[in-house]
Amino acid sequence: MASGAVYSALFRRNYTMLGLVFAGAFAFEMGYDNVMNKVWDNYNRGRQWKDIRHKYVEGGDDE
Amino acid sequence: MLARSCLRTTRAFAGLRNGAVQIPKRAASSSSSGSTADSPLRLNIAAAASTALAAGSIAWYYHLYGPTANAATPAEEGLHPTHYPWVHEQWFKTFDHQALRRGFQVYREVCSSCHSLSRVPYRTLVGSILTVDEAKALAEENEYDSEPNDQGEIEKRPGKLSDYLPAPYKNDEAARFANNGALPPDLSLMVKARHGGCDYIFSLLTGYPEEPPAGAQVGAGLNFNPYFPGTGIAMARVLYDGLVDYEDGTPASTSQMAKDVTEFLNWAAEPEMDDRKRMGMKVLVVTSVLFAVSVWVKRYKWAWLKSRQVKYDPPKDSSAPRRY
Repeated sequence: MASGAVYSALFRRNYTMLGLVFAGAFAFEMGYDNVMNKVWDNYNRGRQWKDIRHKYVEGGDDE
Repeated sequence: MLARSCLRTTRAFAGLRNGAVQIPKRAASSSSSGSTADSPLRLNIAAAASTALAAGSIAWYYHLYGPTANAATPAEEGLHPTHYPWVHEQWFKTFDHQALRRGFQVYREVCSSCHSLSRVPYRTLVGSILTVDEAKALAEENEYDSEPNDQGEIEKRPGKLSDYLPAPYKNDEAARFANNGALPPDLSLMVKARHGGCDYIFSLLTGYPEEPPAGAQVGAGLNFNPYFPGTGIAMARVLYDGLVDYEDGTPASTSQMAKDVTEFLNWAAEPEMDDRKRMGMKVLVVTSVLFAVSVWVKRYKWAWLKSRQVKYDPPKDSSAPRRY
């Protein structure tokens, strides 16, 4: 029954299917980028500018 | 057509030569069968001699020039740099931005007195090496040409973030004049521009011997460095222990400064490297998943074909005579 509702709501008509594909692509992109950026920052912890920025932002105003 | 005519002329020439050679021999030995019997022997000897000559010349050339033919002598080629395990050259590692900051300090205090970095604007330093305020303060230390005013005069204005790092000399001629005829190259793309990249620059900066080895030819005004092609480099050794005071307290040894400034120059040549590698990691993950899926789908679709058994079931043996 639930599968029938999903089918009739999303898959049955082409424009809803197309909308689902586009929305799914956007949602996947956002979630995937989020996860991979977290993996990246964890692997490069302490090396990137955002990791050392706090040391210079306060003192940087005086220099 | 051409081949046939060539063959014919060769045959004619051979026959003529044989005839000419045979004449005195026939007179001396008066043997009747000589003219046809020993001409293949002579041809064999000639072939063997020419083959030996060719093989010998190849062997002599190989002995003289060795297995590889180099365009330059080892001294002209320069000593190949050691391969160092740079962390930032690993596939998924960014630059160490603390090291970039130290390297920029070394460039500013040491290298920039002779070498320009003219393809790097101040704005690229923001967010990777300096804060906005530091970069602005640094830019304002220098003066740049402004737009022409109402009288058409070009006045000077303090630098902005969009300006490029100032060069130490006005032009190449001034640089040559100040450096005894040698032009200090621009360092913006130096890591990309030299064979060996980071390894070469680090080896060059740390590779100056105390004194040139015995027998080395060092020209006037030049310094000996085995890593520099030609071994005679106009730049003297500049990095000595404790030359700069690092703001983060890192001991400023020669190799530490060389390592930091090399990594900084790599950043100057490839400022996009961090983002590029991060995007590359995402692409590799997605494509490897898609590849695994495609392999699975292929096996799934082919399963019925790969797992079927084709079997020949012969007819029962019978005593009836075979019909053909």
